[in-house]
Amino acid sequence: MTATAEPEVGKARLRKEDARLITGQTRWTDNIQLTGMLHMAVLRSPVAHARIRSIDCSRATAMPGVAIVLTGEDLAAEQGSLPCAWPITEDMLAPPAPALAVDQVNFAGEAVALVIADNAYRAADALAAIDVDYDELPVVLDLAEALQDNDLVHPDLGTNKSATWVYDSADAGSGTNVEDEIASAEVVLERTFRQQRLIPSFMEPRSVVVDPSAGMFTVWSATQIPHILRWMLAAVSGISEHKIRVIAPDVGGGFGGKLQVTPEELLCLLVARRMGRPVKWTESRTESMLSAHHGRDQIQKITLSARRDGTVTGLKVELLADMGAYLRLVTPGIPILGAFMFNAIYKFAAYRFVCTNVFTNKVPTDAYRGAGRPEATFAIERMMDELAVELGRDPMELRQQNWIKHDEFPFTTVAGLTYDSGNYEAATARAMELFDYSALREEQERRRSSGDPVQMGIGISTYTEMCGLAPSRVLGALRYAAGGWESASIRMLPTGKVEVITGTSPHGQGHETVWSQIVADRLGVPFEDVEVLHGDTASSHRGMDSYGSRSLAVGGTALVHAADKVLAKARRLAAHMMECDEADVEFATGSFSVRGTSTVRSLGDVVLAAHVAHDLPEGMEPGLDADATFDPDNFSFPHGTHLCATEVDTQTGMVKIVRYVAVDDVGTVVNPLIVDGQVHGGLAQGIAQALYEEAIHDEMGTLTTATLADYLVPCAADLPGFITARTATPATSNPLGAKGVGEAGTIASTPAVVNSVLDALRHMGVRDIEMPMSPERVWTALQGGVADASTPAAGGLGSIDSQGGQP
Amino acid sequence: MIPAEFRYLCPSTVDEAVRMLAEEGEDAKIIAGGQSLVPVLRMRLAAPTALIDIGGLTELTGVRDDGDSLFIGAMTTHYEVQRDHLIHDHALLLKLVTDTVADPQVRHRGTFGGSLCHADPAGDLLAPVLALDAVMIIAGPDGRREVPASEFFVDYFETALAPNEILIDVRVPKYTGWGAHYEKLNRVAQAWSIVAVAAAVQVRDGSIAAARVGLTNVGSGPVRATDVESALIGQPATAESISSAARWASSGDGYKDNLARVLTDRALTAAVAG
Repeated sequence: MTATAEPEVGKARLRKEDARLITGQTRWTDNIQLTGMLHMAVLRSPVAHARIRSIDCSRATAMPGVAIVLTGEDLAAEQGSLPCAWPITEDMLAPPAPALAVDQVNFAGEAVALVIADNAYRAADALAAIDVDYDELPVVLDLAEALQDNDLVHPDLGTNKSATWVYDSADAGSGTNVEDEIASAEVVLERTFRQQRLIPSFMEPRSVVVDPSAGMFTVWSATQIPHILRWMLAAVSGISEHKIRVIAPDVGGGFGGKLQVTPEELLCLLVARRMGRPVKWTESRTESMLSAHHGRDQIQKITLSARRDGTVTGLKVELLADMGAYLRLVTPGIPILGAFMFNAIYKFAAYRFVCTNVFTNKVPTDAYRGAGRPEATFAIERMMDELAVELGRDPMELRQQNWIKHDEFPFTTVAGLTYDSGNYEAATARAMELFDYSALREEQERRRSSGDPVQMGIGISTYTEMCGLAPSRVLGALRYAAGGWESASIRMLPTGKVEVITGTSPHGQGHETVWSQIVADRLGVPFEDVEVLHGDTASSHRGMDSYGSRSLAVGGTALVHAADKVLAKARRLAAHMMECDEADVEFATGSFSVRGTSTVRSLGDVVLAAHVAHDLPEGMEPGLDADATFDPDNFSFPHGTHLCATEVDTQTGMVKIVRYVAVDDVGTVVNPLIVDGQVHGGLAQGIAQALYEEAIHDEMGTLTTATLADYLVPCAADLPGFITARTATPATSNPLGAKGVGEAGTIASTPAVVNSVLDALRHMGVRDIEMPMSPERVWTALQGGVADASTPAAGGLGSIDSQGGQP
Repeated sequence: MIPAEFRYLCPSTVDEAVRMLAEEGEDAKIIAGGQSLVPVLRMRLAAPTALIDIGGLTELTGVRDDGDSLFIGAMTTHYEVQRDHLIHDHALLLKLVTDTVADPQVRHRGTFGGSLCHADPAGDLLAPVLALDAVMIIAGPDGRREVPASEFFVDYFETALAPNEILIDVRVPKYTGWGAHYEKLNRVAQAWSIVAVAAAVQVRDGSIAAARVGLTNVGSGPVRATDVESALIGQPATAESISSAARWASSGDGYKDNLARVLTDRALTAAVAG
């Protein structure tokens, strides 16, 4: 065994998993072929709200290759209700959530019938032969109207309101009373923002294969959460948990969109059980957009109070959050994840957060990159700019006046969290320097005074977020149904190679590389000698999966603990082998030695000795494997400063980002290349919310942006070259000092872009522009108007459809 | 992709393709590069009984010099159009427009003729083909016929092609030495134009001798901005006369009307600059 001299942690390693992921020489779920496998196709409701009078499957059943056609009625006795693991209040209303609609459909895209056939083509063909008679009901789409309860999504509930969740600093003892602060304030600003509905747009569409052979149900799924999925499938189907094995093979992206227990996963399981044969379902892109959960979709009413000198005092947040038609796995909790973040990095005296969760006849919402925290960051960063305008202050200087200073950490916020570490001054100073803030302000002034048709704006976002989900006791207090710990195992193989098992479930992040780097350093083994196993509940039996920027901060810590256990045992054995006292054993770069002597045993020698077990110390078990489970005692709090300069073409409304600086403090960085990649991708998604993406429903509740020609996901050509840098204030809540980086870019960038565009146009009378800030909306705002909230995308497949369906 | 079932036919000559089309009837469809048709099949917006793949008809690819005109084979890919020196020298506008079509993958598969037959008013190639007075050469059971671009584009996704006809060639008069520009406003790189303007200008001795202007995605088909063209003739090639003429691109006060005027101004300005 060779020792690694240069530390692996901090090295910009190329990702060891990339070759197979990029070339496709790997196990995507849809690549799995099993003997006798059937294919499932799903008939989806074309209407958003209707009673199902009848379903006639006779023609479909008779079509070639069709094994069976199933309706919700056929499965009613066994399908149960899809799980919601986060009942945010005791009195939360949750409708039954059948995987296959039984007598009513509540959103366009909801599954109403299944065709099971011998190939995917015949299954899809037979869908058109199923006749469903719908009795249409009034469609509930608008949040404010939904709250009037004139028409009900779920008549049995008697209301469209699912729950109201409140945090109040006066009640919690974390601050004063917000109404008092507002009443006595010198300045009060009230603004309403809309978080449009977004579609997670993971690259690999969802796919499920279930094999019922060998006395087990083996479920392959393109999921982020194999462990939670196994638990929930057992709970819903009644199949014993130990008879279900879930495998998330290589998974192509998720962004929260695959943090779900989907109808199709359950349906494949039930169909496989019924037919006694393997079943596969793979969705098309359009099917994904119509039925996989969406993200965001909130109306935010924000009231901020301050003194004339710029000191902020009170913050009141009143949210309406669109649940869509059902409560999926963590739907109701998504806006609540933002509850602790609206106050952000600022020192408010009082804070009140009230969120009302509302049902509509739309696709259910749930986790999407950032999940609650982008919404919070957007609102507060927009408000800080609004306050700066109101007071005639520089927006950065105003932030600086109000943020937590580096020597005030740990700091308990008005929302009740304790931020362990941070240095907002350092990140901001670095960002201002890279951005050349004052030069751009001069350029902006030049364009203003010359009346240049292309104006310039500068946008700021100084953010923090809570990551490393999560201390289990906190989740319990929030009524979340699971814990937030994570698990890791290390198996030392007799040849000295290392198998690492993680309970986190990578779907593009690069865990295999990063986990190898950590183990290489800890155990002094070569990076290449480490294999990371994940995503299979048979090998990795304990885990809470990947989301919420938790994998490294929580799962990485479990790994460090497991490595420490391996070393502790190896040290004892090494002392035995070298016939010395354990206290005299030193370990460095993969070798044990006796202090002050030349006696050395490599870790490999010790591993082999443990494995053959010919001569072990009294009472020592053979082998050098170790398991560890880590439950954090606090969240981690990445932060940073993002600066965005835009050019806004006042003649066309087109926005172009000309400079974007992101300085993030994500604590200790294991692999800078991967961190940069996460930041770049995150920025792209956050910028997309600001400028491009929006899920639009027509007045009938039909999603009109159900293709990537109509739902505009930006590509590299649409984005600037990002300037990224880091400061590093290590987290104190884990031994790695890592904070998490999966969501930072998305959380920070949206308000930076929107603030920038508004900064460019405010002097021309523009006060606000709804997201996404399309050229038409920007231009219309410049004409003094407000563009229709649902400006259709130009051209494309959407236009084919609207013109009658035929080219 | 899981389209409805279809028969796949692969003719080796244009005449055979025309014969197959006649035999298969109205529910058959010609497939060229497939960059518009395949998504339509995938979404089952159309379910042709047969696809006649003319991808193997090499007689339909490439650009030929025919004296005063160029002949562009209908199956010439966008990528080939971008790199063809005859097009560069005599129909620069087509090259500049084609440079903006979708992304490299689409440009390698998609064809010049295929986009014209698809007749999406947001498609990039319609407006320049109209503005440049191109002529469509069409093969059918009764032989060949010619249709000027001004009569070819009928409505949204509808052309003068009969169900039993195939576009085989496009004849484009030479515009040697003309300045050209395509000013396109789209939200992301792969998105269709909200509005785009294709302009070609002939400047002689500082004056505009001739101009051709076509608008993308402002109606049910491409629109020729004839008022702009006539307002330019004989005017000095200056910013003032261009701006003044560009106002004729649209008379409305909506967003797209504004874009038509603004982008026409920009397209002409860039075309004049060379």
